[in-house]
Amino acid sequence: MPETVRITMEHGSGGQATGELIGEIFAPAFRNEVLGQMEDSAVVSGSGRIAVTTDSFVVTPLVFRGGDIGRLCVCGTVNDLLMRGAVPRYLTCGFILEEGLEIELLRRIVRSLAETAAEAGVQIIAGDTKVIEGNGGLIINTTGVGSVPDGLDISAGNAGEGDAVLVSGTMGDHHAAILGERLQIESDIESDCAPLGEIVKGLLDGGIRVRTLRDVTRGGLGTVLKELAEASGKCFIIEEDAVPVSARVRDFCGLLGLDPLYMGNEGKLVAVVPREQAAEALEIMKNARYGSGAAVIGKVAGTGEGTEAGELLMRTQIGGVRRLTVLQGEGLPRIC
Amino acid sequence: MSMNLEEIKQYLKEYNGPELKIMEVCGSHTGAIARNGIPGLVSDRIRLISGPGCPVCVTPSSYIDRLIDLCLTPGVCVVTFGDLMRVPGSRMSLQQASGMGGRVKMVYSPMDVFPMAQREPETTFVFAAVGFETTAPVYALMVEQILEDHIENIRLLTALRTMPGIIDRLCAGGADIQGFLAPGHVAVVTGSKAFEPLAAKYSLPFGVAGFTGEQILTALCGIVKACERAKSGKDGGLVMNFYPSVVTREGNTEAQELVERYFGVSDAVWRGMGMVPASGRLLREEFAALDAGSRDLTEDHKINKACCCDKVLMGKMKPTQCPLFQKVCSPLRPQGACMVSTEGNCYTYYVNHRE
Repeated sequence: MPETVRITMEHGSGGQATGELIGEIFAPAFRNEVLGQMEDSAVVSGSGRIAVTTDSFVVTPLVFRGGDIGRLCVCGTVNDLLMRGAVPRYLTCGFILEEGLEIELLRRIVRSLAETAAEAGVQIIAGDTKVIEGNGGLIINTTGVGSVPDGLDISAGNAGEGDAVLVSGTMGDHHAAILGERLQIESDIESDCAPLGEIVKGLLDGGIRVRTLRDVTRGGLGTVLKELAEASGKCFIIEEDAVPVSARVRDFCGLLGLDPLYMGNEGKLVAVVPREQAAEALEIMKNARYGSGAAVIGKVAGTGEGTEAGELLMRTQIGGVRRLTVLQGEGLPRIC
Repeated sequence: MSMNLEEIKQYLKEYNGPELKIMEVCGSHTGAIARNGIPGLVSDRIRLISGPGCPVCVTPSSYIDRLIDLCLTPGVCVVTFGDLMRVPGSRMSLQQASGMGGRVKMVYSPMDVFPMAQREPETTFVFAAVGFETTAPVYALMVEQILEDHIENIRLLTALRTMPGIIDRLCAGGADIQGFLAPGHVAVVTGSKAFEPLAAKYSLPFGVAGFTGEQILTALCGIVKACERAKSGKDGGLVMNFYPSVVTREGNTEAQELVERYFGVSDAVWRGMGMVPASGRLLREEFAALDAGSRDLTEDHKINKACCCDKVLMGKMKPTQCPLFQKVCSPLRPQGACMVSTEGNCYTYYVNHRE
């Protein structure tokens, strides 16, 4: 390929330059039999119930402490599939490249994407590239497909009275990392961007009768739990003391007047499981990759606990009760 | 006082004396009280009232209008804290003006304006200098740096307010308050002595409080006890310091002198409350060249005629009693300043489902 350092409109024309871009950057990274056929669509094996999800990634900066847009787009998509108990199998990736994007940066991002896909056990089986006018930015759209085992029903509405509520680790890390980059604040907070397959597989293989899974992304834990409370028509009660937040994120939030409860992650989940399996579930999560910080943070209120359907309550450190809602306001734009 | 937290909580929960209304005048206290679930921990006979403690909420609409005019002027960039972006002026908010092509930059630290001004010497940067006594010293430091470095392209549009003046107006205006939770960080600068004249004039207890749940409960306990002592004849007017780790009686005298050097005491308009004497600060005449027109911003308009922010800020009405609350007014569609700012009374009640 001739010496070209940046993406130009020519790369989007569908001709020679496009072919070379794909041949140099994407094909070697995503190498697999299906993609290698370079057909218009991929025909793959799969039967039974499938989980399908789509996602678009517009994060800035493209590379941040703890990850980059390539790793992020795999994790975000794969985790959405995992939250229904699906085994993630295939990903498609559509790249919208802005004129001026450094090709070396693109190569680095694509490599990171491929490595994360391998870690998550998914194949990239279809892709697209387009070039638009711009300032060197990059947007990635994905579709993820996974297979759902027969008889498995994991969904937001399933939370039952008395169930235990767990999280897989510390809250707010990704949001704090991105905000730190944007504001050029000296910090070593890293994004927690990670695929959660090992945690979910561990829970299901371990016989945990998981009711609900939800990854904690935009809007933070407060938003996610409130949505689960409303979807299930139950009251969720959590303990402020039990919600894990790293000291660095807590200090960062204290400095900027932010609340870690409303700051997003990209590698943490909420799990609702039957009370009698809580201890076991916690053990499994702690022993799985990316789950070492797991904790039981609360429960679904039982009958007669005098609480309203769809409410999210938090018992504060001094024993008060705080009623939580979803995130109000825009939070931080373009974190994912 | 040597009660532990459990004893303090028990005392406050079991209080059975005459109804007490205790007001806090600090947006951070409003938020901390809600976030810790404190209203549910005290007796029904202790009512916690939020007063005019949010500097964004008390800024008159003409201030916002001036910022909007400035940001839409070619060659000018307005620099501001985040909260101010969404406050509605008489026509629109800064955020909306930014969407129309106005130049607005949001910062977390006022000092961020200096590298901006250096990078663009042909642009005039106007900093929206809003705040109480806690923030004024930082603005004074800005003025000092502007003068020392002979920076020609930074101005301030000020909306500085001070606590004693507004508390005086509240009490003189017949507000039914039996005690004040005094703002801890204001007191770091002013010293707890700033509240002594008010305590004496109105025979009311002031408890200077920190911001954790425990610190607030401790201060409330002290205020309630002082009220009980006042009922049995003892003089109720006193200032108690429950935040001694950072608050002293004298305060930060260096910061006070710094502010005094560049800003003089002035009358000020408080949104929804009109002119309050000696309740603000303006750049002194000799520094007028740095002022982007702060002196004549006295007009004030409601966005929605039915908005009750003025009564809410005076503690005369709870946010939940405003006819617009939740039905029309929400953080997504605010009808008044109290719902816009994350330290506003209405916003805090809304997001914490407070009754």
